[in-house]
Amino acid sequence: MHAPPTVVDKVSDTMASDHHDLTRKDVPHPAVAAENLSLVFPAADGPVTALDRIDLAIARHDFVSLIGPSGCGKTTLLRVVADLVKPTAGTITVDGGTPEQARLDRSYGYVFQAPALYPWRNVRRNVELPLEIMGLPAADRRDRAARALATVGLDGFAGKFPWQLSGGMQQRVSIARALGFEPDLLLMDEPFGALDEITRDNLNLHLHALWKQSRLTVIFVTHSIPEAVFLSTHIVVMSPRPGRIVEVIDCDLPRDRVLDMRESPAFLKIAHRVREGLRAGHSYDAPVAGR
Amino acid sequence: MTETATAPPRIASAFGPGIAARLARGRTLPILAVLAGLVAVWFAAAVYLNAPRTIEGFERQALDWTFGDLVDATWSMDRPVLPTPAQVFADIWANTVERSVTSRRSLVFHGWVTLSSTLVGFVLGSALGILIAVGMVHVRTLDRSLMPWVIASQAVPILAIAPMIVVVLGNLGLTGVVPKAIISAYLSFFPVTIGMVKGLRAPDPLQLDLLRTYSASRAQVFWTLRWPTSVDFLFPSLKVAIALALVGAIVGELPTGAQAGLGARLLTGSYYGQTVQMWSALMMCAVLALLCILAVTVAEKAVHASRGGRP
Repeated sequence: MHAPPTVVDKVSDTMASDHHDLTRKDVPHPAVAAENLSLVFPAADGPVTALDRIDLAIARHDFVSLIGPSGCGKTTLLRVVADLVKPTAGTITVDGGTPEQARLDRSYGYVFQAPALYPWRNVRRNVELPLEIMGLPAADRRDRAARALATVGLDGFAGKFPWQLSGGMQQRVSIARALGFEPDLLLMDEPFGALDEITRDNLNLHLHALWKQSRLTVIFVTHSIPEAVFLSTHIVVMSPRPGRIVEVIDCDLPRDRVLDMRESPAFLKIAHRVREGLRAGHSYDAPVAGR
Repeated sequence: MTETATAPPRIASAFGPGIAARLARGRTLPILAVLAGLVAVWFAAAVYLNAPRTIEGFERQALDWTFGDLVDATWSMDRPVLPTPAQVFADIWANTVERSVTSRRSLVFHGWVTLSSTLVGFVLGSALGILIAVGMVHVRTLDRSLMPWVIASQAVPILAIAPMIVVVLGNLGLTGVVPKAIISAYLSFFPVTIGMVKGLRAPDPLQLDLLRTYSASRAQVFWTLRWPTSVDFLFPSLKVAIALALVGAIVGELPTGAQAGLGARLLTGSYYGQTVQMWSALMMCAVLALLCILAVTVAEKAVHASRGGRP
């Protein structure tokens, strides 16, 4: 047993060669590896660079947060990993293959900003949806749905319909839905963004526990610095227009995390670094011009 | 603010709140009030419209008449310009409750003839409407080419083409229910197509993305997402469609010299100046339309309840 060589690192263009290590056969391939990845959207008033030469490697069982202001491309990056959009340049591998292959293999679960539950299905049948699409037999579906619901602490709610649940519970159902088919990779796009602070703390604890006791790799998009620091092993700070990575910050707090930790000096130090990074990112697109 | 508007203590009655209170709160009272108003206006209109001929009759017989005589006479004519609600009701009563359903004069018999082609046409038309919508949502060429024709089809007055349909189908040996059902279907597919095109395109982009992350096939997207989403759009369309199907069936009975059906009753009534017969046929049409829409509403409620029944 040995730890993967690089957990996460942001590699500048000149250092890109380091990544070749990750593709060596004797090393388990990373969960996600992007090299020189760019994505340019055509738009009415000229092309928009959503992602600009992204280099990123995410090792298995990492918890990586993508943080940055709106429009910095963090959701786009997640959508590229999920094969919901195609990059226009550069390479990306997910689980050693193309994103499309990963999607076809159903090797990731995606949790959206909104729960996106089907209002006409009860909780159990919502969780069973991906399993149905994969063609699992009914008994198996039921088992897995029950297990996934237990994981997010919603055992008693299988028969309820989405409108009977609070926003936080709905989002937990959507997490259970993404866990039901046991993917290795969980992609989460601001899953708790629309929730109140207390519910959010609670779900952060839930998610942390879930990640700790599983083999999941998580990529987590967020706006919230404390949330990112609390959950992550690595924080990728991004800057807008063009979307690029400013800095990758190791978040080496103890593995077992409790909410009180958020007042500890170590936590605050990392949070401070993230904030500095975000500020640095901003000077990219708003140069001295004004003042 | 604290809750100050708590209900005053009330003695619980075995029958709940009194009938008057229930009437005042529900929709029944306003509906009854409007109905009473309409009936009153109708009686008054019968006097007004039938008066000239009645007065003429009085004068021909050189009678002395009072306003009371006039009212009595206008309300009991054989072939009034406008029969009273009482006359219409009596005619309906005589031809439904008091007449065997096998009789050629039974309104139940005629109603059933019309209803059967309405239902056949409604089912055909709705199925066609759904198929066209599915085609338009899934096939790009159909989406571009079909909609103008769908709209143009409804710009043609149905009264103009109904006789042609009946004649053409009659030459092909199709008579009875089929031509009428086809006219019904022709009218009723339209709202279903319009509603379903909208409904099948209604899924949230997020939900479509979700299915993409599962690598769902087009058929799976249709059955798990598009179809269930469109159900909310389907039922309002079906309510319009079934009313149109009834109109289609009645119109289909007009030009054919059909022997049976409410449309045929309307036509023979107008041939022979049997205004009471026409009005009772009309009333039966209205009752039939209400029953049809009620049936769709009941189905809608049942489906809604099976889908989680959000109040």
